[in-house]
Amino acid sequence: MNQIVPSKRQSTDLVAQETQDFVTMLIEGQLFGIPVLTVQDVLGPQKITRIPLAPREVAGSLNLRGRIVTAIDVRLRLDLNRRGEEDKGMSVVVELGGELYSLMVDSVGEVLSLPVAKFERNPPTLDIKWREFSMGIYRLEGKLLVVLDVAKLLDFTRAE
Amino acid sequence: MDDLLSEFLTETSESLSVLDVELVKLEQNPEPSILQNIFRLVHTIKGTCGFLGLPRLEHVAHAGENVLGKIRDGELEVTPDAVTLILGAIDRIKAILSHLEQNECEPEGDDGDLIARLNAMADGGAPKPPPPPMPEFEPVAAKTAKAPEPEIPAEPEAPAETHDETPDTQAAAESHEEEHHDEPAPSVPATTSAPPAVRPQSAPAAPSGLTDAPKESAVAAQTIRVNVELLENLMTLVSELVLTRNQLLQMVRGRDDSEFTAPLQRLSHITTDLQEGVMKTRMQPIGNAWAKLPRIVRDLSVEMHKKIDLQMLGAETELDRQVLELIKDPLTHMVRNSADHGLEGPEERKLAGKPEVGKIVLNAYHEGGHIIIEISDDGRGLNVDRIKAKAIQNGLASESELESMTPQQIHQFIFKAGFSTAEKVTSVSGRGVGMDVVRTNIERIGGTVELKSQPGKGSTFVIKIPLTLAIVSALIVECASERFAIPQISVLELVRVTPSSENGIEMINNAPVLRLRDRLLPLVSLQKLLRLAGSGDNERQETFIVVTQVGTYTFGIIVDRVFDTEEIVVKPVAPILRHITMFSGNTILGDGSVIMILDPNGIAGSTGESGMMAGAQTAETHLAREGHGDAKTSLLVFRGGGDDLKAVPLALVARLEEIDVKDVEYSHGKPMVQYRGHLMPLIGVDGSLSLREEGRQPVLVFSDREHTMGLVVDEIVDIVEDRLKVELSTDTPGVIGTAVIAGRATTIIDAGSYLLEAFGDWFGSTKEFGGNEEHVAPRILLVDDSPFFRNLLTPLLSVAGYEVTAVDSADRALSLREQGNEFDAIISDIEMPGMNGFEFAAAVRADNRWQTTPMIALSSHATDKDFERGRSVGFNDYVAKFDRDSLLSTLSQTIATVKGAA
Repeated sequence: MNQIVPSKRQSTDLVAQETQDFVTMLIEGQLFGIPVLTVQDVLGPQKITRIPLAPREVAGSLNLRGRIVTAIDVRLRLDLNRRGEEDKGMSVVVELGGELYSLMVDSVGEVLSLPVAKFERNPPTLDIKWREFSMGIYRLEGKLLVVLDVAKLLDFTRAE
Repeated sequence: MDDLLSEFLTETSESLSVLDVELVKLEQNPEPSILQNIFRLVHTIKGTCGFLGLPRLEHVAHAGENVLGKIRDGELEVTPDAVTLILGAIDRIKAILSHLEQNECEPEGDDGDLIARLNAMADGGAPKPPPPPMPEFEPVAAKTAKAPEPEIPAEPEAPAETHDETPDTQAAAESHEEEHHDEPAPSVPATTSAPPAVRPQSAPAAPSGLTDAPKESAVAAQTIRVNVELLENLMTLVSELVLTRNQLLQMVRGRDDSEFTAPLQRLSHITTDLQEGVMKTRMQPIGNAWAKLPRIVRDLSVEMHKKIDLQMLGAETELDRQVLELIKDPLTHMVRNSADHGLEGPEERKLAGKPEVGKIVLNAYHEGGHIIIEISDDGRGLNVDRIKAKAIQNGLASESELESMTPQQIHQFIFKAGFSTAEKVTSVSGRGVGMDVVRTNIERIGGTVELKSQPGKGSTFVIKIPLTLAIVSALIVECASERFAIPQISVLELVRVTPSSENGIEMINNAPVLRLRDRLLPLVSLQKLLRLAGSGDNERQETFIVVTQVGTYTFGIIVDRVFDTEEIVVKPVAPILRHITMFSGNTILGDGSVIMILDPNGIAGSTGESGMMAGAQTAETHLAREGHGDAKTSLLVFRGGGDDLKAVPLALVARLEEIDVKDVEYSHGKPMVQYRGHLMPLIGVDGSLSLREEGRQPVLVFSDREHTMGLVVDEIVDIVEDRLKVELSTDTPGVIGTAVIAGRATTIIDAGSYLLEAFGDWFGSTKEFGGNEEHVAPRILLVDDSPFFRNLLTPLLSVAGYEVTAVDSADRALSLREQGNEFDAIISDIEMPGMNGFEFAAAVRADNRWQTTPMIALSSHATDKDFERGRSVGFNDYVAKFDRDSLLSTLSQTIATVKGAA
């Protein structure tokens, strides 16, 4: 379950202020990142109990070592299509306000240490929904990383 | 010692420890925040002392507070002497406290000197011109007092934590300190006259308190204050432990000789003890919630000019502090209501022939895992007419609806929002925001509130709440392949509905209802309610209805399956799901899966039924609860051979026919008809055959294999569905016994014996029956202690073509073996007096004579475990006692197998 270990830590000490560590996640080919320190766990496919009447983005709840974790399907949250049945996906567990949430994504990648200099604000052309959940973009070689705003992602009061 | 007092002592000694430290800090660094804290602590002490009626303490604390107040307001500066003086006040408080702890009363004495000095400080401080000399003296006092000061910060901890320090040294230290305080006294008279006047009195007082100083720590050492959160965490952990224990127990239950049994037993005990222990830490006497009631009632009685006697019983009854907090306000409100609305004024009471003093009784006690709190008054009771009027006025019900309601149902209106029948709104109650909130609050913690009221006699509210909210027992149900938990406390009963059961789910304009006994039960489909995807087959073979009660509203929740109950730890749902009112929480089951806990209140609310209209009284439901669950049998009721009602299980009757009496022919003097190309013998009930003179005669056609026979009856009365419970059995051939069917005593006839009679008589001998003439009928030994079953099975087996020897005990059977009898198969009961079936089988197998004879066990409870045991001791098969078909098929198969093998 916990195979992902930050391996590029050595650089952080040298340039403490200039880089930030992100756990990267892939959803429909797009790279997303959340700050590594907010991540509690990375999970494979889990047995999830559906919650009737819940917002559609709420996939259900699961048991993580005796704690109940609410699973959020990030795809649906980002207005993307539901994942295929055979594609089990992975989850990143984050804590917000004392509650654990499991963000269901397609796959979880390595931990990247990114120089702050490469951070940019959201381009104004970004989809409204995405703009809400994105804190900004990192320019990587050959691709872009969207930094997810976990708090906003889990704030269902405004969206619904 | 009084709980309140000991609590006060614990709390105050803690505050004092903090004060010592903070004051010293303040002296070094006069920051407003520190000052604020000190002020608050002293103020609290003063407030509590006043509340508890400790004037000496209160005065000292008050004077100290004054000085601190001035400092806080910037009128005085933080000077060493000011601090010293306040520390002096605190030491005095400590001295008094220690006396208080030992004697439960304040020591005699007067603190005038200290108070005077404090007041002087408060008044004097900077503005007073004369005091300039004072500072000259004060520094002296301060300096002398300073000497012991280093001990002061250490002192508060010393009693509580360092027990190795002997009381003597403490005492010495304190008295030493006090001496220092006293020392400056002689020099004081020189300037001011007030202190010396007081000094002589106070001097003896202080030491009197000091002698008890060493004991000060006793209370502090016995109790520690623990953060509630820590306890909550502990409780959660213990709850998880309980669940894990339960899970383990379940796993081991199936195995008799597991090596884990003993240690698990121990673990189980310890866990239970631990659970109780931790629960106790959260328990508080309900009296804590009542503490302020006498005062409230007193004030009310003055204001309303009523005479009220408040009696509180069972104040020591303990309950979870979480629950306690939640019922505090509802209780207060209800007592107020009783005092305000319930009780009459003295004049009215006299007129009604009651004692002038009205009585309100609070009674709390434990009852089966619940706390019951009764609040009763002997007042005028609820005014049904006024409630009716108000209900109409508020549009809650129409006049005609009210007409059909019982007074109890009408009473329920007072739990509606905005409902107050008080003619005038008093300062106390009558704003109509009360009872609905009371009910909501109580139901929120899984409790119920009931109301009984008699006009002129008074009203009683009965609150039933769970002991703790941490662990609840819940029923696990399934709907559309999803599992849910329903708190057991709201479940009244379970009803299984199959297409063949008497009362199915009926629809009134798409609203499902169930006829449950003599009531119509509104139903809620969980699948529809939770918008669950249908499992495809809409026509399920069976559904279950969880009859649920919320307040007085009873309704049924339709679910697909019901599992057993489980103890669960209720955990709140994630904030993003809190808006879903159907769930009160979620939990992790023993198998590790997450499950949502349904909230019956939310479900009731969603049905649009707020509570009372369809409500049946709880008592009724309780009464009606019993006697449910027995399977029902369709029975054909008829008359024949007498006027009494007779019945036969409908399943045995092949057809109902009416034959023309002209068609009846006689052969060998026996009546018969040609029926479907065969001859069908006709038999009369009780052996007496009385055919009609002419016309048509009803006949019950029984069919067994290719043989049919007609039972001539006088009249077919009805087909009813009822529980077949034979209450009186009999030895009369052809009769199983008597049962109550559709409310009437009815003879249950034994169709098997009639078949035997028909064909036995017809063919002359049972021996020749059995299909194959040259084949000898297999011989069966039937061992059963019950004559009823011997009588039931012997004809049945005979009809099936076996030669049956029936004996009433295993011993008898074994003696048959000794006589050299041989059988093709043995059918044995399990539960028998003397040698039981298992022992019998073992005995049979132990001897080589009957060793290969197949044996079939017959038992009323055929569980897998019994089955296993039966197999292991030598039974070839195991059949449930009432299952005649499977008995016959098992028998023929078993014999065939053995024959084939032989």
